[in-house]
Amino acid sequence: MVIKSPQFHARLHRAGEAWQVFARNRLALVGLGLVLLLAVLALLAPWLAPFDPTQGELLSTRLLPPSGTHWMGTDDQGRDILSRLLWGSRITLFIVVLVAVLAAPIGLAVGTAAGFFGGWVDQLLMRLTDIFLAFPRLILALALAAALGPGIENAVLAIAITSWPPYARIARAETLSIRQADYIAAIRLAGASNRRILFGHVMPLALPSLIVRVTLDMAGIILTAAGLGFLGLGAQPPSPEWGAMIAAGRAYVLDQWWVAAGPGVAIFVVSLAFNLLGDGLRDALDPKGSD
Amino acid sequence: MMRKFAGLVASLLLTVIGLLAVTFLIGRVVPTDPALSVAGDRATAAQLAAVREDLGLNRPLYVQFGRYVAAVAQGDLGASLLTGNAVTSDIARVFPATLELATVGIVFGAAIGIPLGVWAAVRRGRLADQLVRLMGLVGYSAPIFWLGLMALALFYARLGWVGGPGRINVGFLYSVEARSGLMLLDCLLAGDWEALRSAASHLVLPGALLGYFSLAYISRMTRSFMLKELSAEYVVAARAKGLSEARIVWRHALRNAAVPLLTVVALSYAGLLEGSVLTETVFSWPGLGQYITNALQSADMNAVLGGTLVVGAVFIGINLLSDLLYRWLDPRTR
Repeated sequence: MVIKSPQFHARLHRAGEAWQVFARNRLALVGLGLVLLLAVLALLAPWLAPFDPTQGELLSTRLLPPSGTHWMGTDDQGRDILSRLLWGSRITLFIVVLVAVLAAPIGLAVGTAAGFFGGWVDQLLMRLTDIFLAFPRLILALALAAALGPGIENAVLAIAITSWPPYARIARAETLSIRQADYIAAIRLAGASNRRILFGHVMPLALPSLIVRVTLDMAGIILTAAGLGFLGLGAQPPSPEWGAMIAAGRAYVLDQWWVAAGPGVAIFVVSLAFNLLGDGLRDALDPKGSD
Repeated sequence: MMRKFAGLVASLLLTVIGLLAVTFLIGRVVPTDPALSVAGDRATAAQLAAVREDLGLNRPLYVQFGRYVAAVAQGDLGASLLTGNAVTSDIARVFPATLELATVGIVFGAAIGIPLGVWAAVRRGRLADQLVRLMGLVGYSAPIFWLGLMALALFYARLGWVGGPGRINVGFLYSVEARSGLMLLDCLLAGDWEALRSAASHLVLPGALLGYFSLAYISRMTRSFMLKELSAEYVVAARAKGLSEARIVWRHALRNAAVPLLTVVALSYAGLLEGSVLTETVFSWPGLGQYITNALQSADMNAVLGGTLVVGAVFIGINLLSDLLYRWLDPRTR
């Protein structure tokens, strides 16, 4: 039998309070619902998609308008757009998760180290952060993706490299205020090592602000990835990446508008969902940041 | 004061060197051998080695970086494979088009975004506030290239309200002399009203679209600055004195919010210069963004990196400018 510590109970209680604030915000719940829906659709894409996403009937089903069989129409290769959107949600989710997994830990490590150790470590790390912060994100991602070669992994890498600096700033600011707290002095007196203080106490406390910022960033990440895909630097054909699908529909936008309309709406809805979710999380976890 | 200035210059230099280091390193990780692209794939091993020697590719990396910095300092960004011109002169040719587009965008975004933000703050929590918030959310969430495509299909192809892709009707392309590179100004200088109308009708859609994206950010920040000002004590004092609400909001509160707002506008201006990459592609706008994307498609790395460097430098420059303006306008920071 595991004995739960009082600390665990306190955390549980705090999480419960945050959830109550969050749940009062109806738009945030809509955002959460849409993000969960995206995850479910991506998971079940092989069973939900009515047609093959990469292989169409060039002779019989090319550029068909939305109908009972093809709910969102077909594209210039005769592929069912709904099926492609469903499979494409996997790519979007993949990009978002991977960028977050790559960029957030870098930002957290750099920021907490800078704030905690201070002095020349702080100077060095923050200068580096400033340099990366001064870069226009899309352009740098473009140049990187061009140098590494087009492809989804390189697009993710490029976006991650341009995403971490704001996280480092936030983590540093949080660390600076946590470092001064009395309980840090108390555990230090009790003999805790730097490593233990940093990993056991500072990082967990800096995490909520970081999560909020990462969530708010998701929309930007999705839009950047779609932009790279649109320019031909992200996922390559015949992969059903949404940005690349819009690029493919560009030639037909005047007469067969549905080819470009579907993926555009999909990108918009998913970005909107992440923005609503991020706003709600910010209000619930970080009341200082609202308004 | 002098020390602060020296610190500013030092950090600026460091940022610029960082920028150069990044473009340099990106140029080095390219999988294609730069010597191969110069000598051609039929060159013999000896010819390749000669080209490599000539380009300094067999020297240590820091020597190569030194050469690169020295060349950039002299305005030499190399030659473009695609156009055959020096990248610097290519960029000088296409940059005014981007500048014109971004300037129209920021004027649009600030002229509408600031009043909207003030309105939302005054009517906090009411319908107006929600509407402005919704506009902002849509701006944050919609892919700009997609909105551009849809707007082009609707307003140009279906309704015929605006000019299509490009900066001006082709008929005027060679009749208006390019003096400043800014199409509107050139048409004015030439006194050609027909051409001016054509240029304006081509500019309005991409300009408004870019402006919409800065509007989202500007109105949100204006709202939050104004909420802070409107809860300050001097506003209570002004109300007690019997000043009209309009005067309090527009003359007193907005004026105090103006300084941080200026930074916001400057930052979104820099953002628009960058954001124009996708917009230019959609609207076939012959600016820096289109230049970079065209270069990308033909693996013209000199042009890509030169363009990246210029956008980065402009970005840093505008950041610095807004920082200096802030210090100059707000006596508390001195």
